Amino acid sequence: MNDRSLPSWATALLIPAINLALAFLASGIVVLIAGQDPLRAMQVMATGAFGSGEALGWTLYYATSFIFTGLAVAVAFHAGLFNIGGEGQAMLGGLGAALVALWLGDSLPWWAVLPVATLAAALFGMTWALPPAWAQARRGSHIVITTIMFNFIASTLLVYLLVNVLIVPGRMAPQSRRFGDGGQIPDLRGLFAALGLDSGASPVNVTLFLALLAAAAVWVLIWRTRLGYEIRAVGHAPAAAANAGIDPARIILIAMGVSGALAGAMALNPVLGEAGRLKLDFTLGAGFVGIAVALMGRCHPAGILPAALLFGALYQGGAALSFEMPGISRNMVAVIQALVILFTGALENMTRPLVQRLIAAPIRRA
Amino acid sequence: MSESPAIELRGISKSFGAVQANRDIDLTVTKGTIHGIVGENGAGKSTLMSILYGYYTADAGEIRVGGQPVRIATPADAIRAGIGMVHQHFMLVDDQSVIENVMLGSVDGLLTAASLRRTRAALDELGQTYGLKVDPDAIVETLPVGLQQRVAILRAMVRRADVLILDEPTGVLTPTEADDLFRVLGRLRDEGRTVILITHKLREIMAITDMVSVLRRGEMIATRRTADTSPAELAELMVGRRVQAPQRTARADTARGPVRLSVRDLALTLRGGARPVKDLTFDLRAGEILGIAGVAGNGQSELLELLAGTRRPTSGDIRMRDRPITALSAGERRKLGLAHIPEDRHHTGLVLPFALYENAVLGTHRDPSLGRGPFLSPRAMRDRAAGHVATYDIRPPDPALRSAGFSGGNQQKIVVAREIERGPDVILIGQPTRGVDIGAIEFIHRRMLEQRDAGKAILLVSVELDEVRALSDRILVMFDGRLSDPVPPETDERTLGLMMAGMTAP
Repeated sequence: MNDRSLPSWATALLIPAINLALAFLASGIVVLIAGQDPLRAMQVMATGAFGSGEALGWTLYYATSFIFTGLAVAVAFHAGLFNIGGEGQAMLGGLGAALVALWLGDSLPWWAVLPVATLAAALFGMTWALPPAWAQARRGSHIVITTIMFNFIASTLLVYLLVNVLIVPGRMAPQSRRFGDGGQIPDLRGLFAALGLDSGASPVNVTLFLALLAAAAVWVLIWRTRLGYEIRAVGHAPAAAANAGIDPARIILIAMGVSGALAGAMALNPVLGEAGRLKLDFTLGAGFVGIAVALMGRCHPAGILPAALLFGALYQGGAALSFEMPGISRNMVAVIQALVILFTGALENMTRPLVQRLIAAPIRRA
Repeated sequence: MSESPAIELRGISKSFGAVQANRDIDLTVTKGTIHGIVGENGAGKSTLMSILYGYYTADAGEIRVGGQPVRIATPADAIRAGIGMVHQHFMLVDDQSVIENVMLGSVDGLLTAASLRRTRAALDELGQTYGLKVDPDAIVETLPVGLQQRVAILRAMVRRADVLILDEPTGVLTPTEADDLFRVLGRLRDEGRTVILITHKLREIMAITDMVSVLRRGEMIATRRTADTSPAELAELMVGRRVQAPQRTARADTARGPVRLSVRDLALTLRGGARPVKDLTFDLRAGEILGIAGVAGNGQSELLELLAGTRRPTSGDIRMRDRPITALSAGERRKLGLAHIPEDRHHTGLVLPFALYENAVLGTHRDPSLGRGPFLSPRAMRDRAAGHVATYDIRPPDPALRSAGFSGGNQQKIVVAREIERGPDVILIGQPTRGVDIGAIEFIHRRMLEQRDAGKAILLVSVELDEVRALSDRILVMFDGRLSDPVPPETDERTLGLMMAGMTAP
């Protein structure tokens, strides 16, 4: 009940903006300590993320993944669950999507493969989310712990499959063969060209629209359906929900299932959209970034979309930064990204009391 | 009186955001008196005492202790100034011993041995001076509630509190335990200590205080010598208008209808072996209010949960209209016409972050009239909430307001409206007026009587004996998980008090 005296615009816009500014300030100090020019670094990052059609394409490519994982974290969060397992669920989702692409990609066109692959990715992701959900719902095992453990299992499973089963015979690289043409999701070169932009080598692809569709669907689910109502009731007040005849255990399973499906669907973007084959580490940490995206976006699709874009820009701009300013290493870029996550996600409540006081004062005087 | 007062508050103001909890409050508490502070829920009593005890800092105003201005920013400051507080829920460490709890906050040095010795001596002395005897080595959670409270009082006194603040101290006590407490408070006063008693029970004010101050909507309305005032005047001061005591309206046995809810040998054994509910058997009939009286913590909460279906009994049988429902879930029981107004509305009755209109459909959110197929229409929810707001005079009349923003009384009205408007046959009500202001109490009581007259079967569980006696057609007393035989509501308070303490009625 911390925000009782804060207008909604302050919570939705002002506080994230302040936190973001603080994050950049702290990053600037880090850059300064490293003996580099923070203003130039900032400029390089901005140009790197938005300065050209190709830059924008990469930013949107990363953002696509973060939309999925951000939504996944948000849905679970509405049910009061902290799904840390997006990473593992995405890995399994990638496995499901890849199996479909290997199976149908040689014979069917992409628009026929995509729905099946999406379904498989979602189902595989869901499957990976359900055991922790069951353990939480029926046995009270804490979902944070179990989903983290499932991340490790997923990662090991993926290594095993890629090294022993899906590997191309005679090759060293632990990756599957390249999918047939039907297993490649088209990029947005044409769309960019129509807008007068050149997307260059960036892998932004049709999955972006799937992500936007998922955001709309999540909004409808959470705020316009009876099930979403039940999810929110359980998340806010499990005892009140149970008393009203809602079975919290059932809701936990459903919410985690949806969450896992969304995290699994994220894999379409890197696996079918970019690489065109199943590789190790294709998730790029999106499962964890999704937590920051959901927190910053206040678990609402309208907040998750811009937050995902921001983190997409950080990923892409960070890559450009380490490339253009050799004095700033890749590790330093990771520090900057971490600072943004820290300030906008984990320390979300740090500036709130101050803003509360500043805003409440004129209201009281009025 | 030439001696300076124990406590003086001058112009204390405190607001939370746009809400002014205390407005320019003056209060003078004379040394060696028991000073009562009464007011409805949300009148600002707790805020005022929290300022005095250092939980909050006042926006404006001055605190004087023994004539000296003091700055109280933390409870440690308050303790240093000689102020002690006994909270409603005691704030004890349950699995530690009495002596460890009493020492809490006054341990010094590297090792505890010296503090232990000193505290033991102090406990001994206090036990002799005030009759506050309690075994220093007993584990707190094994003590009866009355003794736990005594531990909290002792802790304050070991810290040399000259001024003792007690917040709603009798809510968890049997009438006998309350009498004991009042005797102790009387002795403290006679020894020259000062007691501030916060309560909403006017009877206690009349019985024990020397002075009484009334708060209403954050303002100090009046201070009276207790001898010069009456419960009627105090109630009027608290509410700001005349209040009618609930009328006795029980009906003759013949007016009661068929059995709606029948309970046979219902029992609950918890994993640790505790048995909060022991072989209960009773019938609830249409057109009656069956009251269950008892001190909090004697199994009433568990009984309500078993009946509502949010907890499974270990054994026994529950039937509604002859239909076994023991194995049914809470949702299935609701569909058969069971309504439940839970005793803890913040936790179980409402989803506090939800808007009023969302809470208005909690439990009926699957109604086809609220939207097509899997969808829930915000407009249909708002329409329904608007109906509740109008019929139940919920204020402010804003269906979009978050439920946490309503006062206790209005929150309770939201729950009562939702459960009654569903048109159930059987209504379970737990502590319907806990933390509810007097105006809303009247309103809720009237609704319950209307429902009874309309032929509903109502089970009323309340720790307020006055409430149970005023509304019930029959009373069962619950003690240690068991129910007494039914007694008529005319049974005198002393007898009921003895039954509540586990002594058989004479």
